[in-house]
Amino acid sequence: MARRATRAVAARLATSRLDGLGLRHAPGWRVLPLIVAGMAFLAALALAGAQGAAELGRHWQQGAGATLTVQIPRPAAAPTPPVAQGETRRDRVLTLLRGTPGISGVRPLAEAELSDLLRPWLGTHAEQLALPLPAVVAVTITTDGPDLPALAARLEAAAPGTLTESHGPWVRRLGLLARSLRLCALAALGLVAAVAAGIIVVATRAALASRREVVEILHGLGATDFYVADRFARRASRAAGLGGMVGLALAVPVVAVLAALAAPFVSTLPIEAALPSPAELAASLARLPPTLLWSLPAVPVSAAMIGYVAAQLAVRAWLRRLP
Amino acid sequence: MIRAEGVGLRYGESGAEAEAPEVLQSLSFSVPGGGWRWLLGPSGAGKSSLLRLLHVQARPTRGRLQLMGVDVGEARRKDLPPLRRRIGMVFQDFRLVSHLTVFDNVALPLRLAGRAEGQLRADVTEMLRWVGLTKVAEMRPTLLSGGEQQRVAIARAVIVRPLLLLADEPTGNLDDVQAERLMVLLQEMNRLGTTVIVATHNMQLVDRHPGPALELARGRLVHDG
Repeated sequence: MARRATRAVAARLATSRLDGLGLRHAPGWRVLPLIVAGMAFLAALALAGAQGAAELGRHWQQGAGATLTVQIPRPAAAPTPPVAQGETRRDRVLTLLRGTPGISGVRPLAEAELSDLLRPWLGTHAEQLALPLPAVVAVTITTDGPDLPALAARLEAAAPGTLTESHGPWVRRLGLLARSLRLCALAALGLVAAVAAGIIVVATRAALASRREVVEILHGLGATDFYVADRFARRASRAAGLGGMVGLALAVPVVAVLAALAAPFVSTLPIEAALPSPAELAASLARLPPTLLWSLPAVPVSAAMIGYVAAQLAVRAWLRRLP
Repeated sequence: MIRAEGVGLRYGESGAEAEAPEVLQSLSFSVPGGGWRWLLGPSGAGKSSLLRLLHVQARPTRGRLQLMGVDVGEARRKDLPPLRRRIGMVFQDFRLVSHLTVFDNVALPLRLAGRAEGQLRADVTEMLRWVGLTKVAEMRPTLLSGGEQQRVAIARAVIVRPLLLLADEPTGNLDDVQAERLMVLLQEMNRLGTTVIVATHNMQLVDRHPGPALELARGRLVHDG
């Protein structure tokens, strides 16, 4: 007896309070989670793309964009001005660089490092070729940086033939590319959200058309626009939120693979020829930018919110036909 | 309670109304609180349209209609739902919500009024007892007879103790016994102070329950009293 009463109450709650319009069986809602799942998948990728482009741009800006390369040819390859006792051309350049405002780091590259840099072009025996390799100095500059033309002139005077190579122009170009990619990704995100809202509006209208009679009965009984719209909006929000979670679940492995592949470009991790293992994929998720880690769970939440707002607006617009 | 002054009604989309014919023309009448009116006239006379106006399902396109002190033509849209909750309506085709149980159909107006779940059970049960439907409370309305469905509709209409009760051909789908039982319920509501307006073309029913009437013909009021 008690069990039957409990079942009756539960059935009543399920059919009336939670779904007073019979929306559970209305057309439109069933496919909505599937469509929103696809949209959420694309949104998560767009979000990851936007964050990835921002990270790449920032990394390039802080890395190559903040460095200079100074090459000091060997005396045989350049005219040799008189030097002080025991002082080499490289020493003069290093002294000059270290005393220049706007330079935060000066690091001469060792012979072995030079050989490593040349190995891709000259092979493993690059050091045995007896090539007159220049001395190379990696210079880190501050945000303001030195006056580069003036610095180049002073270096040329100190050690004729010295070349100063700034990475700024191509890094600026890459930065512009990264920002453009980020904007494109954000635009795609906005487009996905707009399409999702449109689909939710269409599904809501389909549900509304199938429940028109009940809506008119409720309206006649004194239901407010909010009451009716809220029933539809909750159902749409639930369907969209569910779709958002499914879409996010599908997107996370893809984001993990992309993050693992992009890791060497935004960190000091070595580039491996082999594809990342499952363990490395899991580790790459932990290394995702905090902004992305926070924003990915926002995808289903946003889907649910878009579902609620879009359905509310659609139903309220329809209810305006009634007095 | 009801005060109509030169009320006219046209149907149609906004803007196209001016070209549509007036289904109600220059209606002027008043009904005091606790009054009873038959609403008479042949099919197409405008009875249902007048009930739509009185149920605030349409606004007059001209003239002035006051219900319980509210000017229906001038009132803000958000002020109309509370007004509708003070009006009960019984339709010839019942208009019950088929996926809800009898209990939930009757409880619907209370839920719309914001009554807590724990506080509505006693009122709904009492109302179902009053109309003799306690045993079918958990059934869907589609499983009930026409008379039982009409009683559910009555219970739903009066559960909020409306100040105005409207009925559109309420006995149209009922046999004589059920119709008489319905009339008793409506008259009991009227005795309790509710203003009742019953539209019908069943003159035998009117003869058995004589009372003041509003008679319409081609959208005009041809008799009041």
